[in-house]
Amino acid sequence: MESVPPIVKFTSLQKRYGVGPVVLDTINLTVAPDDFISFIGPSGCGKSTILKLVSGLSPGSTGELTVMGVKPREARDRQAFIFQDATLLPWLTAQLNVEIPLRLRGRPAVERQTTARKMLELVGLGKVADYYPRQLSGGMKMRVSIARALTLTPQLLLLDEPFGALDEMTRNRLNEELLAVRSLSPFTALFVTHSVTEAVFLSNRIVVMAANPGRFYAEVAIDFPYPRRPELRGQPEFQAKVNEVTRLLHEVEISPSS
Amino acid sequence: MKKSFPVLTWFLPAVSGLIFISLWYGVRVVSGLQSWILPTPVEIVAAAVHEHTRLLAAAGHTALGALGGFLLAAIFGFFTSLMLGLSKSLRASLYPWLLVLQMTPVIVLTPIIMLWAGPGMPGIITITWLISYFPIVANMTQGLLSTDMNHVALFRMCNARRWQEVLLLRVPAALPYYLAGLRIAATLAPIGAIFGEYMVGNASGGTGGLGFLVYSYNTQIKIPALFATALTSCLLGFVFVAAVAWLNWAFLHKWHDSFEQADH
Ligand SMILES: Nc1ncnc2c1ncn2[C@@H]1O[C@H](COP(=O)(O)OP(=O)(O)OP(=O)(O)O)[C@@H](O)[C@H]1O
Ligand SMILES: [Mg+2]
Repeated sequence: MESVPPIVKFTSLQKRYGVGPVVLDTINLTVAPDDFISFIGPSGCGKSTILKLVSGLSPGSTGELTVMGVKPREARDRQAFIFQDATLLPWLTAQLNVEIPLRLRGRPAVERQTTARKMLELVGLGKVADYYPRQLSGGMKMRVSIARALTLTPQLLLLDEPFGALDEMTRNRLNEELLAVRSLSPFTALFVTHSVTEAVFLSNRIVVMAANPGRFYAEVAIDFPYPRRPELRGQPEFQAKVNEVTRLLHEVEISPSS
Repeated sequence: MKKSFPVLTWFLPAVSGLIFISLWYGVRVVSGLQSWILPTPVEIVAAAVHEHTRLLAAAGHTALGALGGFLLAAIFGFFTSLMLGLSKSLRASLYPWLLVLQMTPVIVLTPIIMLWAGPGMPGIITITWLISYFPIVANMTQGLLSTDMNHVALFRMCNARRWQEVLLLRVPAALPYYLAGLRIAATLAPIGAIFGEYMVGNASGGTGGLGFLVYSYNTQIKIPALFATALTSCLLGFVFVAAVAWLNWAFLHKWHDSFEQADH
């Protein structure tokens, strides 16, 4: 029925670290190019592991996982990872931090500078390009991190609780900015979060996960059209979705094992 | 921003120093000790002035030996650490032996070094190198091993080559550790050089340097001059530490948390 090839496809994937317990069990998921999927669930249910698998930082145990039709590792140059702490290199200015992916690919200096500059302006940080990370606020650091991830215009963006350490106001603003950036430079997103409102605001699909072993418990479709305005958060339909996901989360946390 | 009077940095040390010197005078007066056992600060300064040509020449000689050994330790230490920090098997095979070398008191090795490197500057430089080498290696290796795993993951995600990871990530991340190693080495290098000169002075009738002056003033029972030599050594040590502190500042003040300006 669908003609677009999936960006990410999990088929009965199981994951253990070494000889440890099963961390993720029978994961099946097909990600379409315009998906923005949030993963939410109790701590330790394997959300970060999902992203590590897709990025090829950690291999699956059994089952199959393809990213853009190939093995995760081979698709690395078309994806980018945004970590919870901004993981900026403290000895480089914001500008040079954003240049890092280009530098690692041996791009010429002029191209690096103009691209990084453009990305920093895109996230509203043109003025602080020469600041070192310690001179930036938490929100600014995260923006630099987003700019860095976008320098290579990835098709797939993996975000592991990127706004988890920020206050709610900053987080809301960055949520809006992330969607704005995405409308300019489209990417598929796999997004890990603990915040239900954030997940509902950003995603078109939310996967609720359960722990012991980590597994997909339920999926909720969020059909509000993009672009989404901040006012959406005040609407009753929005609140209904938040309630629905919250309820699922309670179910998961009350019955931790199957 | 108004600058407050630097009470902690200047005033308090000056006060405690004055108290110390007064106590010194007090002890001398009360105890009735002779000048050749406990000279007063003034007698020491006078001896320093009187002996200043010898002291300066000796300080220059010692500085040269200390600098030579320090630089060797800094350069070899850097590359040794790279080897140890980047290869597990090299680390496993070499680090225990480095520890063994570190555990062997240099005083035991000195005659052997003199025998092999000769009793002049080469021997002194070798001793200094040996003494200041280990803290540099230990620190920098630790630094190379402490790279943030998320940074490594970031580099892996960008398909970074091994050399890029080393040059753009591991080495810069280890730089503060390396500089911490240099700071320790800077306090040890003049000590190493003076010790070496002292041993050489003993062994071969002298080649100059503060260590040799210690030996020679001691045999001549010129005690105030001996104190003046101690003072000069102390100043030389300060110069070394200050130079490395400057290096540290130059490399780190822009980005490292240890230079975060307090915001009063
Ligand atoms: N490198 C590793 N080696 C061994 N076990 C690991 C490793 N990383 C994660 N695990 C285990 O896998 C399980 C899932 O971890 P993961 O980090 O994916 O959870 P998470 O859902 O992201 O949790 P949180 O919300 O706290 O970030 C945990 O039980 C954890 O102990
Ligand atoms: Mg996690």
